[in-house]
Formats: sequence, C-alpha cells, structure tokens
Amino acid sequence: MAGIMAFAESRDGEVRKVAHEVVTAARKLADALGTEVHAVVLGPAGSAAAAGELGGFGADKVFVGESDAFAHYSAEGFTTVLAAFLKEHGCDAALFPASAQGKDLAPRVAARLGVGYASEATALDVGGGQVVATRPEYAGKLFAKVSFAGKPAVVSLRPNVFTPVESAKAGEVQKLDVSVNAADFGAVVREIRAAAEAKLDVGEAPIVISGGRGLQNPDNFKLLEELAAAFGGRAAVGASRAVVDAGWRPHGDQVGQTGKTVAPTLYFAVGISGAIQHLAGMRTSRFIVAINKDPEAPIFKVADYGIVGDLFQILPRLTEEVRKMLA
Amino acid sequence: MRVKSIVCVKRVPDTEARVRIAADGQSIETAGVKFVLNPYDEFAVEAALKHKEAAGAGDVTVLSVGGGESAETLRTALAMGADAAVLLKSAGPLEGLAVARVIAEEVKGREYDLLLFGMKAIDDDLQAVGPMVAELLGIPAATAVTEFSVEGGKATATREIEGGSEVVELKLPCAITLTKGAYEPRYASLKGIMAAKKKPLEEKPAAGGESGVKVEKLSYPAERSAGRIVGEGPDAVPELLRLLRNEAKVL
Ligand SMILES: Cc1cc2nc3c(=O)[nH]c(=O)nc-3n(C[C@H](O)[C@H](O)[C@H](O)COP(=O)(O)OP(=O)(O)OC[C@H]3O[C@@H](n4cnc5c(N)ncnc54)[C@H](O)[C@@H]3O)c2cc1C
Ligand SMILES: Nc1ncnc2c1ncn2[C@@H]1O[C@H](COP(=O)(O)O)[C@@H](O)[C@H]1O
Repeated sequence: MAGIMAFAESRDGEVRKVAHEVVTAARKLADALGTEVHAVVLGPAGSAAAAGELGGFGADKVFVGESDAFAHYSAEGFTTVLAAFLKEHGCDAALFPASAQGKDLAPRVAARLGVGYASEATALDVGGGQVVATRPEYAGKLFAKVSFAGKPAVVSLRPNVFTPVESAKAGEVQKLDVSVNAADFGAVVREIRAAAEAKLDVGEAPIVISGGRGLQNPDNFKLLEELAAAFGGRAAVGASRAVVDAGWRPHGDQVGQTGKTVAPTLYFAVGISGAIQHLAGMRTSRFIVAINKDPEAPIFKVADYGIVGDLFQILPRLTEEVRKMLA
Repeated sequence: MRVKSIVCVKRVPDTEARVRIAADGQSIETAGVKFVLNPYDEFAVEAALKHKEAAGAGDVTVLSVGGGESAETLRTALAMGADAAVLLKSAGPLEGLAVARVIAEEVKGREYDLLLFGMKAIDDDLQAVGPMVAELLGIPAATAVTEFSVEGGKATATREIEGGSEVVELKLPCAITLTKGAYEPRYASLKGIMAAKKKPLEEKPAAGGESGVKVEKLSYPAERSAGRIVGEGPDAVPELLRLLRNEAKVL
C-alpha cells in the first residue's frame, strides 16, 4: 500500500479553500508516482457532509474521522490519528496547508513518525521516484530543493500557490476510527475569537491590498477597505510594520519578515516604501502593483506595475474603475 | 510561585544581510555576513523574563545548537537578563528535525515549566522546531503565540489564526512558540552586558541529531521581470487596469 495523504482542513463543518489546493497538489504528485490520493478530514460529528466535494479536486478516497474530542482542533489528537493513518497506509507523502493549523500540526506528525518536514513548499516534484520539495528560505531570498530521508515526506504548502484544479475522482467517503479522548489532551482550545468583522485573512486572500505609513492615519485605511470591497470579497487589507507598530492596524494584518508571508495573485503596496523586511513577506506574489509618490521608492524595483503619485487621488479613482470593470 | 523557563535561541543572518550561495550550492556564504539573535527568539527571551519577574521567582536558561560562534548569541540573551546558557556544539548547521532531536535530548533531563521558542528562525524559515521538540518530549504546545499567562499549573495562550485568534489552555510543562505580540524585547543595558560576561555558559557536544531532510540545491529566486511605471497620478488608473486584465490576466 502507498498513497499520498492530503490533510483537508475544515472549520465549522466546512472544508477550507486551502484544502482544495492541498488535494490538487496531492493529485499531481500521486499521478507522477502512480498512486492514490487519500484526503483526510478530522472534526466533530457532521464533518462528513462537506467531505464529498474533495473528489472533485482529485481525491480517490476521503477518510473522515469524527469525534466529540474534535469539537476544536487538537494538535495532539490530530497527530495521533494522522500518524496511525500514515503508518497503516505506508503513504509516500503527507501534505498539509501552510495555514495556522497546518503549520502547528505537520511538524508534530513528522516528529511522531521520525521523518523530515519541509514547510511552505511552493513546488513539489518527483525525482528518481522520490518526492522533492522546493521551499523558500531566508525570507524568499533563496529557494531550497529538499529531499527526504524517510517516508512519508511531510510537507506543508504555501497558500495560493497551488491553484485548485477540478478533476473528477471517486472521492468515496469512508469512516476513520478515532480512538482519542479529549481528557488526555495537554492542550485544549478554549475559545476562538474572530476579528471584529468576519474577513478574509491576508495569508489566504487571492488579492491583498496593503497600506503603509503613506496613509497618514488609521481612518484613511477605509480607502483600502473600499477598494477591497470593490473586488467583491476576494481581497484582504494588509499593512506594513510601521503602521502596525503605530497601532493603526492589528498585527494579524502585518505583511513581512515579522508578520505574514503572503503570495496572492495580486498584491497592492500603497504608501509603502518597500523595505527589505516588507519584501520578505510579499515578494513571491504573482503580480505586484505599487502606488507611491516617491519614484525612487524601492517598492518600484519589485513591482510589475507602478503608479507614481498621491495615493489620496489615485485610490478613489482606482476603486471607482474597478467597480465599473467588475460590475 | 515560580516560573522556570528554557528558551531555545538561534544565531541567524541579520534581516538586512545579502545572502549568497556558497560554492557547494547547498549552504550560504557566511564571510562578511552580520549575525544576530533570531528576532522571534527575542520575543521568547522577553516572555521568559517577564513571567519570571511576574512570578517573583524562577530562572531563565537559554539554549542554542550551533557552532562556537553561537556563544555570542547566547551572551546577547544573557545580557537581556537570562540567568544561564547552554551551547550544544554541532560541527555544521543541522536541519529542523535534527535540531529538535538534539534539544529534546538535552531538555529531557531538566526541570522546567516553560520551553520557549521563536515562531520561526529567519534563516531556514521552517516554523517547526518548537512543535517537533514538544512532540519528542510528549508535552503540549501552542504555536504562533502573541501573549500568554501562567497560573495554577497551566498556561493560557493566545495564538494567531486566520481571521482572528484562538485561546489555548496548556498543562505545564509546555512548549510555546512566540510571534510578535505582547513581548517587545528589552535592550541589554551596559550593566546587563557586563553581568553577562560572568554568567555561566556551559558548552558540550550536540548529541544524537539525525536529519530528516537534506537540502540538495539552493538557488536564487527568478528575477522579477523589470517592472514598469504605468504612469503618474489618477490618470494612469485605466491603463493599470487594462494591463492587469489583458497582460497579467488577473482580473
Ligand atoms: C527585524 C525587523 C523586522 C521587520 N519586519 C517587518 C515586517 O514584517 N513588515 C514590514 O512591513 N516591515 C518590517 N520591518 C520594518 C521595515 O524596515 C520598514 O521600517 C517598514 O516596512 C516601513 O513601513 P512603511 O513602508 O509603511 O513606511 P515608510 O518607510 O515610512 O514608507 C512610507 C511610504 O509612503 C510613501 N508616501 C507617503 N505619502 C504618500 C502619498 N500621499 N501618496 C503615495 N505615497 C506616499 C512614501 O514615499 C514612502 O515610500 C522590520 C524591521 C526590522 C528591523
Ligand atoms: N539551532 C538552534 N538552536 C536553538 N534553537 C533553535 C535552533 N534552531 C531553531 N531553534 C528554535 O526553534 C525556533 C523555530 O525554528 P525553525 O523551526 O527552524 O523555524 C527558533 O525560533 C528557535 O527558538
């Protein structure tokens, strides 16, 4: 037996978008190795309902482990179930999203099995029958091709890099036995606090619009919120460290070395100078647009398209034109 | 109450450093590169100091796996206020699982309430050593934590998740990895720097660090194709959108 395990993260009974990306990447890897994709969904009772859709992204089988112990995510509980699954099936690789949960869980699973781990992979290949992961290091200043000493190769995938591809596979749903007891967990989630408004996370949004000190004060971020809204729920608003340190925006929105690493399809840097630590968090974005009044600002060196000028004049026009275009 | 912490710290190239690939294609050129205490580890050291101070008793031990130069990094943490340091000397740089194994082996025999880490080391950007060590030791962990409290045999930690935060309760001893949040690192005072010279720094060989992965090849990212200034002011907006739609095909 073999196979590629795709951990399909779910929240509130719904499979998250990153799960589609992970299953898609697993499908590609499985085809290269001539094996199957086993998607795994863990959660409370009722989680099976959303699992069926994973066949549409290439899962041959979807294993669903439902348990009262999984009312919330548990690193220890999930590790126990996944490590046992991976051993039983002798999987070649175990893929996770590089989300808050995936990055918490995957290294634990690797350590439990005593195998290597590569995080935030941006490409997966097969060389000589073995899995090879490509991942950024030094904040994207370098890329490393990494091979694995044992099986499974445990890898987390950077969100937004592996575009979901529809591919109809059976996606046959099977029950996975979960014999864990919440009373044994040393760590328990007590509460989930959503940000003020339910919003898209900068780490996962396909479009990110970040603002910097050039916005002058926190109220002006509404200009960015309006542009984000014009993109119809596909965009999130990010921030440079300068404005997070000033208390204008929460740290969860910070992009860069000491914030989030984002790789959206489209990144707008508005009133951001483009310091090396900011670039560290966004340089792997597919397209970068910079708006800055200083033509010498370093951000223009990495931007695909730039507009030089006053953001207070440019943003309202941009929002208006985007609205018209997408109407 | 007392809070006894072990903080794992790493010596890494400064964020401003230009990183060049060495002749072997698998490691980086270190000559002329400025090295610093990993910025995320500064949050962890600060958190350990704060909790010891709040409890009124305890101690902070800093631990690093690396070459002889890492002693300098440990001295930086001692100057911030840590009480003692341990350097587990390895011949060359080790990958994540190998480091985790070395740390777990050392910590196993020690008494502590908190085992603290940075969320990530800014050289390999792995974000894994903390949870790996926790798993090897069989203790609970919380990652990407911005703030935590310690009381009555447990820690309560707030961690960043997509679109909000999550509050996790952990039995002690536990592992926590820190990101930017409530622990703004203090500067080492001159007095601290002087005192650090006299604090104990134990050196011993790193034991049992078998690797899980191997870097086959390092490469530079594809150069971003020279960008273009579309124009000046609001009148450039239509052209920008035309390019995004027809050339970049992202809209
Ligand atoms: C260890 C370390 C970690 C760091 N981590 C991060 C990180 O994670 N993320 C991060 O972002 N930074 C980080 N930094 C900070 C970084 O070095 C910069 O200080 C920061 O990114 C600057 O933010 P900014 O671009 O918003 O501000 P500034 O550098 O002040 O730039 C403001 C820009 O706005 C432009 N502007 C002003 N007014 C207008 C206007 N009306 N219209 C158009 N443009 C205008 C200006 O020309 C300027 O380019 C880190 C630094 C260190 C040392
Ligand atoms: N060589 C090392 N010595 C001590 N601690 C380390 C070492 N490597 C990593 N760590 C710790 O593990 C954290 C995460 O590192 P990483 O998983 O490599 O991103 C760091 O912030 C340190 O706290």
